[in-house]
Amino acid sequence: MSQEMNVNVTPGAGSNPFEKIGRDQNGGERIVRKSLTAWQNIRRNLYENKLSMVGLYFIIAIALMAIFAPWVTGLITGYNYFANELANANQPPSWAHWFGTDDLGRDMWVRTWKGAQISLFVGIAAALIDLVIGIVYGGIMGYFGGKVDETMNRIAEILYAIPYLLVVILLMVVMPQSLTTIIVAMSITGWINMAWIVRGEIMRLKNQEYALASKALGAGSMRIIFRHLIPNAMGPILVTLTLTIPGAMFTEAFLSFLGMGVKSPVASWGTMIDNGRQAMTTYPWRIMFPALFLAVSMFALNVFGDGLRDAFDPKMKK
Amino acid sequence: MRPILEVKDLSVSFDVFGGEVQAIRGVNFTVNEGEAVAIVGESGSGKSVTAQTVMRLIATPPGRIKNGSIMFNGRDLLSLSEKEMRKVRGNEIGMIFQDPMTSLNPTMTIGSQITEGLVKHQKLSHSAAKTRAIELLKMVGIPNPEVRLKQYPHNFSGGMRQRVMIAIALACNPALLIADEPTTALDVTIQAQIMELMKDLQKQMNTSIILITHDLGVVADVCDRVIVMYAGQVVETGTIKEIFRNPQHPYTKGLLKSLPRLNQSKDEPLIPIHGTPPDLIKPPQGCGFCSRCEDAMRICATEAPEVTTISETQMVRCWLQDPRAAKGAGMGKEESA
Repeated sequence: MSQEMNVNVTPGAGSNPFEKIGRDQNGGERIVRKSLTAWQNIRRNLYENKLSMVGLYFIIAIALMAIFAPWVTGLITGYNYFANELANANQPPSWAHWFGTDDLGRDMWVRTWKGAQISLFVGIAAALIDLVIGIVYGGIMGYFGGKVDETMNRIAEILYAIPYLLVVILLMVVMPQSLTTIIVAMSITGWINMAWIVRGEIMRLKNQEYALASKALGAGSMRIIFRHLIPNAMGPILVTLTLTIPGAMFTEAFLSFLGMGVKSPVASWGTMIDNGRQAMTTYPWRIMFPALFLAVSMFALNVFGDGLRDAFDPKMKK
Repeated sequence: MRPILEVKDLSVSFDVFGGEVQAIRGVNFTVNEGEAVAIVGESGSGKSVTAQTVMRLIATPPGRIKNGSIMFNGRDLLSLSEKEMRKVRGNEIGMIFQDPMTSLNPTMTIGSQITEGLVKHQKLSHSAAKTRAIELLKMVGIPNPEVRLKQYPHNFSGGMRQRVMIAIALACNPALLIADEPTTALDVTIQAQIMELMKDLQKQMNTSIILITHDLGVVADVCDRVIVMYAGQVVETGTIKEIFRNPQHPYTKGLLKSLPRLNQSKDEPLIPIHGTPPDLIKPPQGCGFCSRCEDAMRICATEAPEVTTISETQMVRCWLQDPRAAKGAGMGKEESA
């Protein structure tokens, strides 16, 4: 009786705390915990890696500047990347020209960001072409194995054995000196690494039970490769992709430096460095800015790629 | 009862470095409509190879189907093209695998894994397939199917995943369901639940089941008939009653003796079958079980026994059935042991 007194019982149905209400409508089956997808997990791992996040912010900043800076600067000051202004040639950095001007009096600030556009475009385009060819070629090679693998692998090895610069120079003879040529030249042999990575992953994954289970459900080879196996190999593929982009950018810079890059007045970091090299001691800003941005973006992309690898593979964390 | 699956004289070999492993040597059995048949035997006896051959899932090479036929609903599965076979898999014959932890694709939601087969085989629209998937999940006893559909395999426990596997296998209403040790990777209470579920679903949908297992306890509960395999051959078949009450082959007897019984005193040891099965790279000339058999006779080592019919449903492959075998001597030996 005294216990009942302690509880604040008010009269009326429904308010009695000791009224029987029975089992929960849901039968005690309630999903309380938020379910994380694999991508959410990876994102969380990535957020924890400070250095690679700094890398990511740098990449985003450079990409945004590359897209908007030439256009906005053009609107405000009227500078563009191609107009010569010989009276203002070789100006050091000032309030009028933040990064100075080059030998033809073109504003270096606009040209640097225009160069970023070209460099990033080449990097991303080459990496994406590698990705598509590599996944298809490597996926087929790895899944079918045996003679198919043997033949396709030999072809890849032969391509890989041809000196890369030779291919580029030969291509330059046949094709016009342009962005397309550079991208084609890089893609001719660039996809092989991706194909080998995908091949290895598929060979490992094809013996997983869900591949057999999917076959037992009537799925064809192509469906198993591209719907079941490739998504499971996405970690190594994405990491290779992010590490291919700086590689391609660097190759573009290297080719431009050798005079095989884009034609003036179009700028890329490589052609700008080549151009600045000729007056390195007298007008150092002409080589400094493009070289600095190339180095920084290269570093940022590599750091981000490493962070991504760690995020995908928790075992690699120290 | 109409036979739905008839396997005749099936022989499968694997070409490996050391030579030819004769994994299956002349297997015959039938499965009738709406019947649950168990294939039992120890590791390496050819149970799983038999099941995978029926589905044409063994990799060729190294595997090789040497001869035989697999008649399924009047068609020989071995003569179908790969494309035709793809229409049979998942649609007419479903399969459940041993380890639910690895049999689901970790990068796809449960929903899309269930609807995959429905869209492909039954040509359902995505929304219709989704409705059916919810129905299936309800049927296999997964609460909150609408939410669960959007989740990934890692959100499910082992038992739940095996329920999902069953839902996937049954999605297209297959006439035959092959379950390859469906409860081996699960703990005992979940095993019972899964077997109960399979029994219920079989009654509901009138599906024939081939249950591959080495757990005779599970067999007694669910199946109508038992096929005992040893060293790539069927050594005994019979109904549940015949196999448990009146086993004829020494191997079947050995399997049953190695099971604990409820009325057994706790000090009484279980009797194992001594030895290991023969290496099928060089199968023995006579009976495969000869070297481990308590009742082995001289002829067992040199000549393979023929099939003896005990009853309409029970058949055994053993020399002890031969009228020339001295039955008295066999009995005497058993008594003295």
